[in-house]
Amino acid sequence: MSGNRVAVVGAGMTKFVRRAQETAKELAWEAASKALESCEMTLDDIDAVVIGTAPEAFDGVHMNSEYLSDGCGGWGKPVIRGYVGGGTGVFSPIQGWYHVASGLFDTVLVVAEEKMSSCQPHPQGAFLTIFDNFIERPLEPNLLWIFALEMNAYMNRYGLSKRDIATVSVKNKRNAADHPAALLGDPNITVEDVLNSEVLAWPVQRLDVSPVTDGAVALVMCAEHVARRVTDKPIWVEGVGWSLDSAYWTNRDLSYPTYVEEAARMAYDMAGITEPRKQIHIAEPYDPFDYKELHHLEGLLLFDKGEAPRAAADGVTQRDGDLPVCPSGGLLGVGNPIAAAGTMKVAEIFWQLRGEAGARQVPGKPKRGLAQAWGDLMQVGTVIILGA
Amino acid sequence: MKEHVYDTVYLRGKDFEEGNVLFETWDPNARYAWDTGVGMSRFLQELKAGRLVGAQCSGCCRVMVPPRMFCEHCFLPTDAFVPLQDTGTIVTFSLCYVTWDMIRIKEPQIPIVVAIDGASPGMGIMHLLGEIEPDAVKIGMRVQAVWKPAEERTASITDIAYFKPLEQGGSQ
Ligand SMILES: [Zn+2]
Repeated sequence: MSGNRVAVVGAGMTKFVRRAQETAKELAWEAASKALESCEMTLDDIDAVVIGTAPEAFDGVHMNSEYLSDGCGGWGKPVIRGYVGGGTGVFSPIQGWYHVASGLFDTVLVVAEEKMSSCQPHPQGAFLTIFDNFIERPLEPNLLWIFALEMNAYMNRYGLSKRDIATVSVKNKRNAADHPAALLGDPNITVEDVLNSEVLAWPVQRLDVSPVTDGAVALVMCAEHVARRVTDKPIWVEGVGWSLDSAYWTNRDLSYPTYVEEAARMAYDMAGITEPRKQIHIAEPYDPFDYKELHHLEGLLLFDKGEAPRAAADGVTQRDGDLPVCPSGGLLGVGNPIAAAGTMKVAEIFWQLRGEAGARQVPGKPKRGLAQAWGDLMQVGTVIILGA
Repeated sequence: MKEHVYDTVYLRGKDFEEGNVLFETWDPNARYAWDTGVGMSRFLQELKAGRLVGAQCSGCCRVMVPPRMFCEHCFLPTDAFVPLQDTGTIVTFSLCYVTWDMIRIKEPQIPIVVAIDGASPGMGIMHLLGEIEPDAVKIGMRVQAVWKPAEERTASITDIAYFKPLEQGGSQ
């Protein structure tokens, strides 16, 4: 482990909703105040603030984190925003970690917020600028294309069927039925429902995709001497990792997320993990699409290449399976407010390791868990490992 | 952990229908004129002439498309533009039945990643496939560019109208 020990001691969030009445700044405040309240701290106890939010184009507000900073408790404090697209929600806690591990700060409030609903007629419009401005945008692409192209490459490489992949969506939407903040929990959804849902961009169908969502999540992270004072159940950051692949996405092998493997190896090395399949007890990989959970589980080295779908079909990744995956309900079930979605996963690992996940609690008192996010042009992996 | 979730207010379809929601709207006024750069300018010029080119790096010997001024692996300038063929192999595809703002379309668009012949293995570009029934598209299928007539070309990726299946016995 590098640097000083860092603990997560508090977490809070908004409900994840299709359209919040609150402004972005108000959502950030709701999550931040809940996180502080959860560990009986106030803003005066916080040394620095990390803000996570994705494209400014969603809100139509330039320098969105500066706009959000009041709601994030950033007034009169050192504030930083990191932005790695969908990877932001796990990268922001990584930034919180190095603020404290460096010894520069004792306490950091990490706030991730996204309000996608403002962008009209559809927030996909704000995403289209990720395509190359010379040789892709003139083709008038649709954001769904790149995910459909990646999903098809993955299915083709390993001979997977839609049915193999749909089980992920069913598991996560069922898990989310037990999450008090979830947008799309459904205890009765079936594989047939997913397979019969509207075809958007084959192989992607409506129920393979997470929804447009508004929401915010916040964490309180602190140095060991503070953690020991404020809680008897600190959850330690054991490892962090991140890596970025080339922006030339059409030159890559889309069937395998190498950048996730690189991020995972960095985090495992830091945590002293040599056998992740035995040493990771619970995982929250990024699941904006059902195939992505499987793709990422393989990149995280938790299953062999092409083997995650079989494990999912065999129940290994169910909440009571050998490796519970996305017990929160994930992005597919809880919702996908881009930057906030990844932080929701870190909060879920925090609650699970403390035994506070309520109806979602996985059995067997897990001791170590991992959260991972992904973003930009299918090119960034961010990983954090927490331990009780 | 229920107590750690704020009781966020949210709006339902009914709230909009009944006009219970206050909005302010704004349309961005943002226009851009991009310089096409060292690598891409040559690629676009060649498209106007009905040709595809890649860029070669003497460090790793890769022939890269889209061409670039520098090799991101070796972090050195590329050495030469090299001619490529206008044929290739489908690496992956989709059948897309919606527009970007989620309006349904009847005949699907068929985006593909096509690995271009003459470039290093796996070097693809994104384009569209035409002259084929959606059911017949397969990964690994050989395809060829369909060029717009010379007088209609504008040094754009759309100078290739789309790719179409390569007839049996076509050039490799
Ligand atoms: Zn090179």
